[in-house]
Parts: sequence; structure tokens; C-alpha cells
Amino acid sequence: MPDTRSRLSRLPYEGVVVGAPVTIPYRRYSTNTAHWWVGRAVREVVQRAGLRSTDIDGLSLSSFTVGPDTAIGLTQHLGLSPRWLDHVPLGGASGVVALRRAARAVQCGDADFVVCVAGDTNQVDSFRRMLSTFSRFAQDAVYPYGSGGPNASFALITRNYMMRYGATREDFGKICVAQRDNALHFPHALMKKKLTLDEYMGARAISDPIHLFDCVMPCAGADAFLVCREDAAKSLGLPAARLLATIERHNSFPEDPIQYRGGWAMDIGEFYAMAGVTPADVDFVQTYDDYPVICMMQIEDLGFCGKGEGPDFIRSHTLTADGSFPHNTSGGQLSVGQAGAAGGFLGLVETVRQLTGEALGAKVPDARIGLASGFGMINYDRGLASGAALLAGGQA
Amino acid sequence: MTEPLSRPKRKDPLKKTRIPLLPQGTRSRTALGLTAAAAEGRFQLQVCGDCAAVVYPPRDACPRCLSANLPFRDVDNGGTLLAETTIRTSTDVYFRERMPWRIGTVLLDAGPAIVAHLHGDLREGERTRLQLKLDKSGQAIVIALPAKDTPNMADDPQWRELTCDPKYRRALVTDGRTAVGQAMAEALSQAGASIVFVGVADPWKPFPGEERLRKLERVEIVALDLTDTISVNECAGEFAPRVDILVNTAEHVRTGGIIERKGLTVAREELEVRYLGLMRLAQAFGPVLRARGADGINSAAALVNLVSVFALTNWPAYGAFSATEAACLSAAQSLRTELRPGGVKVVNAFFGPLETEWYQAVPPPKLAPAALARAVVQALQQGLEDVFVGDIAEDIRARLAVNPKALERELGS
Repeated sequence: MPDTRSRLSRLPYEGVVVGAPVTIPYRRYSTNTAHWWVGRAVREVVQRAGLRSTDIDGLSLSSFTVGPDTAIGLTQHLGLSPRWLDHVPLGGASGVVALRRAARAVQCGDADFVVCVAGDTNQVDSFRRMLSTFSRFAQDAVYPYGSGGPNASFALITRNYMMRYGATREDFGKICVAQRDNALHFPHALMKKKLTLDEYMGARAISDPIHLFDCVMPCAGADAFLVCREDAAKSLGLPAARLLATIERHNSFPEDPIQYRGGWAMDIGEFYAMAGVTPADVDFVQTYDDYPVICMMQIEDLGFCGKGEGPDFIRSHTLTADGSFPHNTSGGQLSVGQAGAAGGFLGLVETVRQLTGEALGAKVPDARIGLASGFGMINYDRGLASGAALLAGGQA
Repeated sequence: MTEPLSRPKRKDPLKKTRIPLLPQGTRSRTALGLTAAAAEGRFQLQVCGDCAAVVYPPRDACPRCLSANLPFRDVDNGGTLLAETTIRTSTDVYFRERMPWRIGTVLLDAGPAIVAHLHGDLREGERTRLQLKLDKSGQAIVIALPAKDTPNMADDPQWRELTCDPKYRRALVTDGRTAVGQAMAEALSQAGASIVFVGVADPWKPFPGEERLRKLERVEIVALDLTDTISVNECAGEFAPRVDILVNTAEHVRTGGIIERKGLTVAREELEVRYLGLMRLAQAFGPVLRARGADGINSAAALVNLVSVFALTNWPAYGAFSATEAACLSAAQSLRTELRPGGVKVVNAFFGPLETEWYQAVPPPKLAPAALARAVVQALQQGLEDVFVGDIAEDIRARLAVNPKALERELGS
């Protein structure tokens, strides 16, 4: 094995910023195509930044439903002529991965203005069709087993985690209830009614121990942001957040028979070292919340507590935007909805909003450093992709 | 503990028969290695030829050493159920009407973690045996069973969905004049079939074993002549809606190759009884079988094709006979595809020479009709698709796998 200690230390993302955070209001079902959603998001980024679309020389696309097209087809569809193009089909990790690639392109001068966009439509039968053909392993070894989709896969992960670390449904409920409180302030959230812990506990079982409010609602929507140089943002008068550090890891810990940790645990040291901060410096966290157990894993693996201490951590903190551990401050996918690959952008876009003073809903007081995390792609029995980004507002 | 099945009530003729639905049957080409193993009731996974890693789900490169040498091999099927879930909502129409449905993650002693269907008597944390089975789509799935047999375990709904168990099902054995037909009727009755119809051509003509056959419990003799289209259609008209398992026991065994036959009379007879007989049966009973694949506890389950193992490679001493048997095997392959929309299995039971008059001059080992019948019932209970019964059939299968050309020469010498 090569000695990783002799690895080059990573170059900081000097002078790279993220701005123009955009969420196109989600809809449960849409008769529009993914192209329509992506187009709307790109247009809003361009307008917010005060650019013309001909100024966009980099495009990064994430979408499950844009087929048969990929990013290249979208350039002609949207009338863009980028000199840098990326397609990031990584589901819930798309946002972080798109950002870190775009940041290097901008830093190195390969592109000046990169729009990272994720958009998906949700037609009445598209979810079922996507599940049955999601991956070869899903087709061969998951879908024929009750066709419970990610609910069933995460039920097994949740069940195992509960047995291993003593997490209870009440712990997961606390995460969901706090996110709903946050969502009540976020205008684009699909869930508009308050959720109580009693309602959470009494909800119908979907795939034990997963119950209704542990599940995201698939929907249509798009999110996007702009990556450019700090001086460019300044001359446009565009509020922007600086990128401090990112990590990305795939197929981590393949030897674990059931997933109880993610790739963050492999790279967390490098993550904070690159940013020059510690978990204690982080003012809010947007975890990838396809299911609350994954939030708990991220809180552990990203260093806010030790492995297995997630349940205690949740019990000893308040998780709303004004709480002791502000978490998923727009309501997350659990309350806003999961718009396909845009679900992997939601937390990142919210992070930029909080750091640039543009929050649409509940504001985190004095937010200077934010963490957005991504997770995704249940290829067989676990999420393969994970990533995270640390960003700082102007004052940090 | 599994709740024992209760005998299904008489069906309300005004009630709609449920349309058979299938779970998703699409698989990668490599994953069909599991289907091949499941068809014969073997537990095989890919084992890396270079580093011996046991690999699942099926892959085209070893995740430990990147080797492409990944043959399917028999693997120890012991493991532990790490976590389970009961699925209560599904996007799939087949599973939707069978909810709730239990699955779990099993850590196989041999290495990989496998998401499997769960037998009702298996609990989280317990030891388990895994089996590969064919689901209603005809493709392989893995089911985790309790480490030791439990009472009524064959009655578990998730297990019964994978098998063609004769218990509380109704069977038709097509020829009761033969020793095999009689043994088959007895074995099905003993396995708990609600009724076994036994076809006999010209039932007023007495035949050896008749008295014993008539005395068997839940056995009813019906008029059926496989060489007569009208007779087959009449039989189907009366009984097809009540036949869940159709076992074709028609025999026509004569010695001799192709040249020695001198004329076509015997060959025609052979084809009438065997190939055209099977075709008449399939045309008359097939549409009803296919429509009744999800008709409750006594849904249509299987068509059993009793076929000589010399259908697979010709035995020149019985050369013309072998050719007819090959036609029946080929027809059965077509029937598999045609009956699959109903989730109805076509079971090929391959056998060698029998302890009957027509194999008088053949030296042992020869197969007793009762042993053949028992094996067929077992194959139904286990949900198998291909079963090789007796020493000769197993020997031929093994030699075919090694060198079919060598076997062709050896059978001719």
C-alpha cells in the first residue's frame, strides 16, 4: 500500500466563493420535464448574479430524470457555450461533489462563472420506474425483494444502528420534529403543518422501524448556485460564501456487513485541517437527511460526537435554527421534499443563504461557519457516496 | 411458528379470479448464474478463481483482486440474520397485494452480506440457512430459512410463494395405466393434495393395479386419452379449472434406432402419445393454468414433464424414443415461457431406465416408479425446475457437463 502520509497536502480553495443560492419552489408532482426545472434554476442564478447567460462558461448538471440527455445536451437546450462542463450523477452527494470540482476549475482559471444546478421532475409513476432500474445491483439483488425501495434498505440500516447503539424512535423523532419547526419558516417547504413527537410516534409503519415521518416525499424541483472568484463576486456586488474545505469518498468501509458509518469518518481529519477549524467552530450543520439515522451517523462521523454517541448528542441538544445545534435549517428534505438530485443541493444552497444573510426562513444567529454534507446512491445495501463542505461567511 | 394452512373453501364462482402478477424478472446476464443454480436447488455463488473471495451480488470483476474469473460454485449456505424489516408499502404491484413482506440482511459465513426474503419462523440474530429459489417471475432469489426445520414450515406464505407444494392443491396425473402414473397418484395423495384426478383411456378396460389405484384416498379416475384431441378437450372442459398441478406421465418406450425401425408406424405412435399428447394437454389445460396462477392457496402451480434423460443426448439403443423425448423437452422449454405470465412452473423430471416391462433387457441400476414419484413430489415441494432422478440420470447429467461429445460416443458404443 502506498504511504498516504507522504501525500501532497491539499491546496486551499484560495479566492473561490459560492453565491446566488437558488431554490425553485418544489412541487409534489410536475408535468414539466427536468429540462424545464433546470432551465428555471439557471435563469434565476444568472439574473441574481447580474450576468448574461453568455457569461456562463462552466456548467455542472445533476439530474436523474433528464434522460436521454446529459449535461452536453443541456448546453444546446439552454443556449450556453461553456468551456467547462460536468455531469455529476451522484444523487445526494451531487451538491458537494459539483462544488468541489467547480471550485478547482475556477481556482485554476479553467472557467470564470460555473453554474452548478440539480433538477428533477416527478411524474406520477417516475419514482417506481427509477427504483426498478436504479442500478444493476438494485435490479439483481434488491428490487425483487419486496420492492420496498430505499425505505426497506434504510429500515435495515436503521434497525441495525438502533440495536448497536441504543438509538430509539424518539431520538429520530426529535430530529424530524425540529426540522419541521424549521420548515414552518421556509416558504418553499412542501410540509406546512407542525409535527409533534406524538404524531411522529403514532404514524403508520412503512418498513419497520421506518415510519411515515422518517421518509422524504419525492417531488419535483431544482436548486442551483454560482461558483466564481471572490473578486468577480465583489465587482458584481454578489453576496458570497468562501469555500474552506471539502471531502469526498465512495464505497467506504466495504467490509462492514451493514452500514453504520460513512466515508466522512475516513477523511474528517483532513477536512478540518484544510479549513483550519474544529467542529466546535461550526455554527450550523446541514446533514443529508434522506432518513434520520443518516443524520445521526453524519453528526458522529463529522466529529460532533464519538461513534455511537449520536443518540445522546441528539438528546442533549436543541436542533432548531435558534437551538444549541442548528441543524437542517430550511427543514431539510424531510420537510421540504426530495426533488431527486436537487436533494443533494438543498443543504448546500441553504448553507450559502445562511452565510450570506439571505436565509428565506429561520436564521441562524451570527452564522459564520457552516457545514453541508452529502450522501447518496444506494447501489445495493448502503449509500456509497459521501462528501462534505465547510463554508464561511464574510466575517469569518 | 408457522400457522398451518387450512383447506381452502370452495370457490365462489361469481368471484373474480385474481390476475397473476409477477415480481420484476429482469436480471443482468451474470445474475442468471443464480437462476441456473436455483432451478436445480443448489446454493451457488460466484467464487473468485484467483483469490477465492465469495462474491455477491453477481459481478464481472472480483471486488478483492479484480479478477474476471468468477465461476458459480457450491458455497456453504450458513449465516446469521443481522437485521430484518417488515415492508408494508411497495411500489410494485406484485408485492403490494402480498404485504406485509419480510426481508433481512444475512451475513453469510462464507463472506458476503445478502439481502434475502425471510421465512416466517426466522428471527433477528438467529442462525439461518440460505436457499436459492425461483420466484414467480422464474428468476432466482435468496430466501433465509430457520437453521432447523420448524413445524408446518412449508405453509409459510413467503415460502409457499416460491414452491408448488401439492398440499391442498388439486392434481391431474395423465395416465393411470402405467406404474409411474399409479405411483405418482399415490405420492401426490400422500403429500396432501386435495384430490388427484387420474386420467385413464377407455376406463372400462381393466388394467393391472387398477384396484389399488381406486382404493387410494382422494384419487378419482377420469376418462382421458392423450392421443385423442376430443378426449383431452372434454377432460379439460370438465376439470381444468380444478387442476393446479398437471403431471404428464404418458409413456411410450420402444427399443431401436432410426434405421432399424422399418417404417414410421411406431414412430408416429410414439409422437402421438408423447409429443402430440403433451401439446394437446398444453393447449387444453395451459390457458386455464396460466390464468389461475394467483388464485389463492390452491392456485395453479406447475406442469410436470416426466421426460427421459436421453432427451438431453441420444441413446441409440433407444434412438427413436430418445428423439421423441427430445421433442418433449424442447416443447417444455417453450411452455416455460408461455406459462410464465401466470407464474406457473414447468418442471422437468429427468430419469433413466425404469423397473418396468419396457426396460426389461436393460441392466441395473433402474429406477423404481415409486422413487421417481417421490422425487417429483419433492421437486414440487422445493419449487425446483429441473430435477435429475436416480443414478443414471445424475450420471448422464454429470458426464454431459464435462464432455458432451465423449458422452455421445460412449452411449453409442
